[in-house]
Amino acid sequence: MSDTPTAATLILGARPYGEAPLDLLIKDGRIAALGEAARAQAEQLKAEQVTTVEAEGLIMLPGMVDLHTHLREPGREDAETVETGSRAAARGGFTAVHAMANSSPVADSAGVVEQVHRLGRASGWTEVYPVGAVTVGLAGERLAELGAMAESSAQVRMFSDDGMCVHNPVLMRRALEYVKTVDGFIAQHAQEPLLTEGAQMNEGDVSAVLGLPGWPAVAEESIIARDVLLAQHVGSRLHICHVSTAGSVEIIRWAKERGIDVTAEVTPHHLLLTDELVRGYDPVYKVNPPLRTGADVEALRAGLADGTIDVIGTDHAPHPTQAKECEWSAAAMGMTGLETALPVVIKTMINTGLMDWRRFAEVTSITPARIYRHAHQGRPLQPGEPANLILVDAEATQTVDPEGHASKGRNSPFRGMELPGAVRATFLHGHPVVLDGELNTPLSEASAGAAGSSQVRP
Amino acid sequence: MRHLLSTADLSHTQALSILDTAEEMAAVSTREVKKLPTLRGRTVVNLFFEDSTRTRISFEAAAKRLSADVMNFSAKGSSVSKGESLKDTVQTLEAIGADAIVMRHWASGAAAQLAGSGWTDCAVINAGDGTHEHPTQALLDALTLRRGWSAAHGEDPRGTDLTGMRVLIVGDILHSRVARSNIWLLRTLGAQVGLVAPATLLPVGVEKWPVSVYYSLDEALGSGPEAGPDAIMMLRVQAERMGGAYFPTAAEYTRRWGLTDERLARLAAHRGAAGQRPMILHPGPMNRGVEISAAAADSPMNQVLDQVSHGVSVRMAVLHLLLSSSERNTA
Repeated sequence: MSDTPTAATLILGARPYGEAPLDLLIKDGRIAALGEAARAQAEQLKAEQVTTVEAEGLIMLPGMVDLHTHLREPGREDAETVETGSRAAARGGFTAVHAMANSSPVADSAGVVEQVHRLGRASGWTEVYPVGAVTVGLAGERLAELGAMAESSAQVRMFSDDGMCVHNPVLMRRALEYVKTVDGFIAQHAQEPLLTEGAQMNEGDVSAVLGLPGWPAVAEESIIARDVLLAQHVGSRLHICHVSTAGSVEIIRWAKERGIDVTAEVTPHHLLLTDELVRGYDPVYKVNPPLRTGADVEALRAGLADGTIDVIGTDHAPHPTQAKECEWSAAAMGMTGLETALPVVIKTMINTGLMDWRRFAEVTSITPARIYRHAHQGRPLQPGEPANLILVDAEATQTVDPEGHASKGRNSPFRGMELPGAVRATFLHGHPVVLDGELNTPLSEASAGAAGSSQVRP
Repeated sequence: MRHLLSTADLSHTQALSILDTAEEMAAVSTREVKKLPTLRGRTVVNLFFEDSTRTRISFEAAAKRLSADVMNFSAKGSSVSKGESLKDTVQTLEAIGADAIVMRHWASGAAAQLAGSGWTDCAVINAGDGTHEHPTQALLDALTLRRGWSAAHGEDPRGTDLTGMRVLIVGDILHSRVARSNIWLLRTLGAQVGLVAPATLLPVGVEKWPVSVYYSLDEALGSGPEAGPDAIMMLRVQAERMGGAYFPTAAEYTRRWGLTDERLARLAAHRGAAGQRPMILHPGPMNRGVEISAAAADSPMNQVLDQVSHGVSVRMAVLHLLLSSSERNTA
C-alpha cells in the first residue's frame, strides 16, 4: 500500500518554484531529503516501498491554500458536499481550504464547525478548515459564539459573514476587538447593503445599457475604508475578502503604508473577466462582488504583483443548474473556482510577466497559511517540512470543461476557454491525492493524524 | 432578422424596412376588412410575466389582423406562479406549437436569454424586459415621429428617416425601457436626442451616450442643441420612485420636469424649420397633473392616440417580417 506511513515517494527532476531541477524524497508525510541525498536515501529503502514520480519539466510548489471556499455542506448538498468540494480542491492543487460559514444551518456554533471539520477529515482529499460566522445566522445583529468555535475541535481562527457584510460599524468594531481574545481575525465581505439593494451587476457603462440595477464600486470601497480605520483603532487583524475594484486597491495600499494590519484577497475571476461578459445576460457571469471593468482588472493584477493584495482566494461557489438556468435577476450569485484557479493565475499573472513562481507560491500558499497561522501549510520546500506540495505542468493547455470537474458545480465562467497550466500531482501530508492529473486515493484519517494535520501554533 | 430583442441590434436598413412595412399595414387597418391572410396557420403566443393590458391587446390585434392564431399566457394564475421555470414554460409553449413568442418580462434581459438559450426555435419578440428595452414601443414612436416629420416636409414617409429631427425625452431615463429603445433607434434614424431628467434618474455613464443631457427642462426647451424641439416625449413617472429618494415630491417633480401649462404654451409657440408645431408623445398611461398637465394631454399636439394605432401597425410589421421571411424550423 502506497499510503502506509513507511511508504516513500521519490520525485525526480521537478523544478522547485520553477528553478533548477532537483530530486525530492517524501517519507512519513514530510520532505525527507532534497537533491543527491534524496536518491541516496531512497536507495536505502526497499524498492517496493518507494514510488517514483517522473517530474522532469514540472514545477514544484507548496500546496495551495484557499481562504475562501464554499463547500455548501451542511444544507445544500445538491450544490456541493465536503467530499466533492474536497476532491475539486485536490484536483486544483489545494492542500487546505477554508469553508465559509453560509451553510444551512449557518456555521455559527461549535456544533456546525465541528461537523464540517469532521467531514473534511473523513474525506481526506484536502484539509478543510471551517470558517465561523461573525454574527448569529449571518444576520448582522449579534455576535455568534466565537469563543466556543475557537475552542471547539475545529479550532476556528477565521470568522466571516461572507455573502453578507458586517455592515453595522459598532458590531464590526466589537467583532474585531473580540477576536483578539482568541487570536483570530475577521474576513470582511465589503458590501454596503443599502448602496447595493437589488444590485445585479457592476454599476457603469454596461449596466446603464442593460438596464440592470448597478452595484457601485463605492459600496465596496466605503466599507473597506471604514474597516481599515476600525482595525487600526482597535489594533486587530482584518482580512478583506474578494477585493474587486481599483479604488479598493488604493485604499488598502494606503492602509498598509500606515501600518494597519490588513490583508486582502482577490479571486481568479476578478483577475480575468469583466462586466462586458454580462451583455449576453448569461447568469454564469453573475457573482458577488460583480465582475468589474478592464481598468479594475488591471489594478487588481498590479496590486497582487506589488504586494498590496496578499492572496488568491477562489470564492468557489457551486450552484445547481437550475439556479443559473433562469432570468439574470432571479439567478444565484457565484462561480466555481477551485479547479480553474491555478490556470487563471498562470494566465493573468505568470504568462503576463507580472510575477514569478516564488510570488505565485506566496499568494497561493505561503501568505494565506501565514494569515491563518497554519504551521504546516505554505512551508518551504525543505527537508523536515510537511510534504504538502504540488507538481504543475506550466506548458500544458486545457480547454475548460465543467462537466469533467470533480465539483458538483457546473457554473464555471471559464467554460470553453483554453487556459495554460495543469496540476499533475497533489501531495497531502506526503500522500499523493492527485497523480497524473487525476484523483488518486484520499489520505486515511489515521495517517492524517500521524502526520500532524491538527494545527500547531508558533 | 430572426428575433426582435433590442433596437440597438437594428441597422438603418432594417429599421426602415419595419417602418415601411408598418405603413403598408396601417393601410390595411383603415380598410373595412382589417385582415391579411399572411400568417394563417401560424401561432403567436403572448407570454406576459408582467401585467400590460395595452401592449398585450396591441400584439393580439396585430397577430389577428395577420390571421395568426393567438394564445395569451399570463404568468399570474398560471403554472409560473407555482414556481415553473421560464425554461419549462417556454418548452411547453413550443410543444404546443408556437411559432413566435411575444414576451413581456419583469427581468431585464429575459428576451435575450430566451432567444440565446436553445430552449426554443420560436421567433422571440421583446415586448418589454425589465428596465432594459421595449423595442416595439420605440418603433411605434418612430413611426409616429416620421409621419409628422415627413408631412411637415411634404414627403411620403416611406423610405425616409428622421435626419435633422430634434427630440427631447423627459423623465425617468434610468428605469425606462422605452427611453433606452428610443435613444438607440432615434440615433440610428438620424435624429438628434436630448435627455431631460433629475440626475438621480439618469444612469451612471450617460455622458458617454450619443445624446445631450439636461437637468432642467426649461433649459432644454430654451437653449442648447435641442432648443425648440421638433418633438418631446414625456415618460411616465412611477410613484414608487419617490420612496427611493429619486426626487422629493411629485409636486417638485412637476414643477421642474413636468409638461405644465406654461411649458406647453412655450412649446406651442415654437415652429419647426418647415413651420410645423412640435409633437408631444407619451408611451401611456399618462399621469395627468404629474409629468403632463391635462391641457398638454388633451392638446392637438399630443400624438398619444396615434401612437396606439401605430402600435398595431408596427407590431403587424414585426410579426410579418419575422414569421413570413423564414419557415419554422420543425424538429
